[in-house]
Amino acid sequence: MNLFNTIVIGLREVWAHKFRSLLTMLGIVLGVAALVAMSALIQGMENGAREAMVAMGGADKVLLRRQAVPAYQEHLADQAPGRTLLDAVALRQGAPLLREVSPQMSVDEVVLTRNDKRCNPAECVGVTSAVIEMNLHRLAYGRFFNEIDEEKAHAVCVIGTGIRDELFGKPDEQGRAIVPLGETIYLSGQPFTIVGMFEEYLSEKDAKEKALRLAGELPKVESGGPKRMRGFGRGGSGGWAFYRKNMTVYIPLNTAWMRFRLAGDKTGIPDNRLSDIDLKVKDFDRLEDALQQARNVLLVTHKGIEDFTFETQENQLEGIRAQVKNYRLTGGFIAGISLLVGGIGIMNIMLASISERIREIGTCKALGATGGDVFVQIVVESVVLSVLGAAMGVGASFALVELLTTLSPTANTPIITLPAVLVGVGFSAAVGMVAGLLPAFKAASLPPIQALRYE
Amino acid sequence: MALLELRNVSKIYHLGGEEIRALDDVSLDLGNGEFVSIIGPSGSGKSTLMHILGCLDTPSKGSVKLDGTEIASASQRELARIRNRTIGFVFQFFNLLPKLNVVQNVELPMIYAGLNSRERRERALQALDLVELGNRLKNRPSQLSGGQQQRVAIARALVNNPKIILADEPTGNLDTHTGELILALFRKLAAEGRTVILVTHNPEIAAVTPRRIEIRNGRIADNVDRKLAGLDRIVPNAAPAVAPA
Ligand SMILES: Nc1ncnc2c1ncn2[C@@H]1O[C@H](COP(=O)(O)OP(=O)(O)OP(=O)(O)O)[C@@H](O)[C@H]1O
Ligand SMILES: [Mg+2]
Repeated sequence: MNLFNTIVIGLREVWAHKFRSLLTMLGIVLGVAALVAMSALIQGMENGAREAMVAMGGADKVLLRRQAVPAYQEHLADQAPGRTLLDAVALRQGAPLLREVSPQMSVDEVVLTRNDKRCNPAECVGVTSAVIEMNLHRLAYGRFFNEIDEEKAHAVCVIGTGIRDELFGKPDEQGRAIVPLGETIYLSGQPFTIVGMFEEYLSEKDAKEKALRLAGELPKVESGGPKRMRGFGRGGSGGWAFYRKNMTVYIPLNTAWMRFRLAGDKTGIPDNRLSDIDLKVKDFDRLEDALQQARNVLLVTHKGIEDFTFETQENQLEGIRAQVKNYRLTGGFIAGISLLVGGIGIMNIMLASISERIREIGTCKALGATGGDVFVQIVVESVVLSVLGAAMGVGASFALVELLTTLSPTANTPIITLPAVLVGVGFSAAVGMVAGLLPAFKAASLPPIQALRYE
Repeated sequence: MALLELRNVSKIYHLGGEEIRALDDVSLDLGNGEFVSIIGPSGSGKSTLMHILGCLDTPSKGSVKLDGTEIASASQRELARIRNRTIGFVFQFFNLLPKLNVVQNVELPMIYAGLNSRERRERALQALDLVELGNRLKNRPSQLSGGQQQRVAIARALVNNPKIILADEPTGNLDTHTGELILALFRKLAAEGRTVILVTHNPEIAAVTPRRIEIRNGRIADNVDRKLAGLDRIVPNAAPAVAPA
């Protein structure tokens, strides 16, 4: 007796009781729909988080962080130098395992003004050209700072498109390209010339929408306040990261030092400490070695005081993973319970089904069915029920995801993945199989004569 | 050696301390190609005997040998194989599977025998032609008359080409005319050389068979009741000449 026949007979049995079968499958349908839809939502979140990470500079970026001196060095805390340009230079010279070192001196509480317009940038930072590679920037117009800008501390800046939008207007609304090269804007009152502008950074979802808008298939952006969105960030998947990146103003490092630190410090003693030093390693596989090398160099420049630490994106990834794992567990738990209930429903109906078919089972045995044949038949029937339910559940999950996205537009487009579908179907098949075991065993071990005489 | 050998077979049921001997020390030989009717009053143990002959039930005591194989010591698997290949069972209430159509019902024993679908279809059609139902292939059992259903059941019993056909009151639920049609079929099968064993209450049917066995209170009666066996009647069709065991 081959499997194909068994499955055909099983399907026929399910078809013979359409409504009852449907009710039985409901638990499995819900379980699988919940499982697949849930994992689609989680996948969307995960993707959003990853996109955001790339927007922030990619996985091989390492941040050199400030840290309180360890307890055994507390008496030296006063002498802790903090991160200075010296560190950056020393790292460039003394740590060949590093590819890029990007010192940054941020200028806090900057207000940008032009005529009657003003805005606050997400960050206004003095940088060297290493920042381009470090933060994965792409210059769309003009140029970045050259050595003369750096040496003479020229009052020049490179802006992101967000700043352009705020101070010069949005090209979408004005209906023309706006490239403010050569224009003057004021950084906290000091005139700066715009020499370059980055391209507009968009999440995949926003980029798609924009392309559609350009093609005229979507209405223009409705102005009037930002839409409320949930998920990782606002305004698109990983949106805050893209928003920040677009709201950037860069000035030469020396300009930041000369114009904002040297001249503008309230205490009278200029603060020469950098706000950030970002690193990229040559060979990601030798991350540990490179960090050890950097540490050695920095221990020299810091006179042995450990007031710094490294933060790799690995840590961030770890965070994302932990969160995703949490969601997965919760979702899996709910779906699991639902599938369990579905399985009990199937077992119940299979038990009912065999007791109403005892005479049929007896007849089959009289015709030569072995206990094994009957066993396999019942188990297959149970699996057919659950797999049909799972198939419907997968269908329902598409509808569910559609419903969820229209009810509350999430920032991260849910993505139904093949593994989730396979896990859902596989798990239900397993549930169906386990649920079928007891009824199948009961049916198979029934003596033929007793089954035939059953009333 | 006889095809079927029963030696001191008993079937004992225990019902609340009371012992019911459905079969009591039955010894019986049935030869290859015999056409036998089993008669006897209701509750005498005919069905019990048939079930034991058909390997559907096992005796409480005694030995049953089929073709030299001891049934009492055979495994469930071996018994299923014997029921599938060697024995064709025809029931009083037809026992067709209601969700399968006529051909599918007839194909069922061949599915358990592991035949491929082409051969199954071919042999099912042959068997249905034999019982003159080649035109009702796609009908469900519930769409057939009782006589037609019994013919399907006979076709089903025949498809695996069994040596032995067992029929427990095959005409018990049919009118006289249809009963005669069914009986004609059994006579044809017996004439082909198959061993055919019928349980019947109908003296006319018993009269047709060359050998009659009467069961009374679970025992084989020494001499058959001439009235029950239809021997007091004028038999219109002479019984086919079948060699006794
Ligand atoms: N499962 C059982 N439990 C207890 N007693 C049983 C069982 N099966 C059969 N019997 C008893 O065995 C005896 C023989 O039954 P059997 O069915 O063989 O009679 P029968 O000759 O076929 O009768 P009928 O002509 O009415 O069909 C009866 O007394 C019956 O009550
Ligand atoms: Mg009976």
